[in-house]
Amino acid sequence: MRTGIVVFPGTWSDRDCAHTLLDVLQEPVRYVDHREQHLDGLDLVILPGGFSYGDHLRCGAIARFAPVMEAVTDFANRGGLVLGICNGFQILQEARLLPGALLRNASCEFRCEWVNLRVEQSESAFTHDCRPGQVLRIPISHGEGNFFADPDTLDAIERNGQVVFRYCAPDGRVTANANPNGSLRNIAGIANSRGNVVGMMPHPERACEALLGSVDGLAVFRSAIHALTRVGV
Amino acid sequence: MFRAEVFVTLKPVVNDPAGLTIKGGLHALGFESVTEVRAGKYLVLRLDASDANQARQRLDEMAQQLLANAVIEDYRIELQPESPAPLVGEGGDGGS
Repeated sequence: MRTGIVVFPGTWSDRDCAHTLLDVLQEPVRYVDHREQHLDGLDLVILPGGFSYGDHLRCGAIARFAPVMEAVTDFANRGGLVLGICNGFQILQEARLLPGALLRNASCEFRCEWVNLRVEQSESAFTHDCRPGQVLRIPISHGEGNFFADPDTLDAIERNGQVVFRYCAPDGRVTANANPNGSLRNIAGIANSRGNVVGMMPHPERACEALLGSVDGLAVFRSAIHALTRVGV
Repeated sequence: MFRAEVFVTLKPVVNDPAGLTIKGGLHALGFESVTEVRAGKYLVLRLDASDANQARQRLDEMAQQLLANAVIEDYRIELQPESPAPLVGEGGDGGS
């Protein structure tokens, strides 16, 4: 699986993603500068976490117009796999590749902690290896991850099976206490209708080695590897 | 030359944690008559345009493409003509 990791000014999780793919999973990686206009030869594009363009105006609002984003949009529309993590999720929503928006956390606090995620569906490219109901332990690190969509959009993404992850208790129950940021319906990650584009606030790349406290994030990346094999891209 | 003030606010249906926190602060100070606070963004732009209509049209495009996110925000524009002379402290054309 050839992965491109997009680096904007202010991106901070690019090296964590590269480390996971290269050193843990032995998969080739290249960094993609935000000014590049071609993504030829890539199977997966990751928009990593960080504070692109200082989060000015709105998280992801400026990054969304970086030259590389036109190529990312074409890549996604052709069925290429795209994973937006944290700030990358915000950018995908600003680019309208995913529905909804991410508001300031209900607590107004930056939350940096371990959370439990219930996998809601195993059809997306990034949950192929999971079973619905499986609980993954993965950390979050954000101030603006409070998922919002209007009621019609919310119902549509639920109906289409586009909700991929929900914050939950360790036993998988979706509770208000397990929700770290006020996200509507505890939504932590969603897919586009085709399932090849996923955005999530938690950081799977930070939960891929036992030394870090969890290896549950590996399921996200291994799912992408297997999705590509299955489709034969 | 025009001077535009752009007010970007969360739509009424969108929860506003910052506004709620500010309201809590006001209540803590004894301003209990405050029933609602909504926080937003305030932007001042100066732009060239042939007339007010053209300026407003360009500003609408700017707001819709970048300044506001229609999923969660509304915007309002106030426009006024302005003489091209720079304000004190803002520099200028360098040497003029």
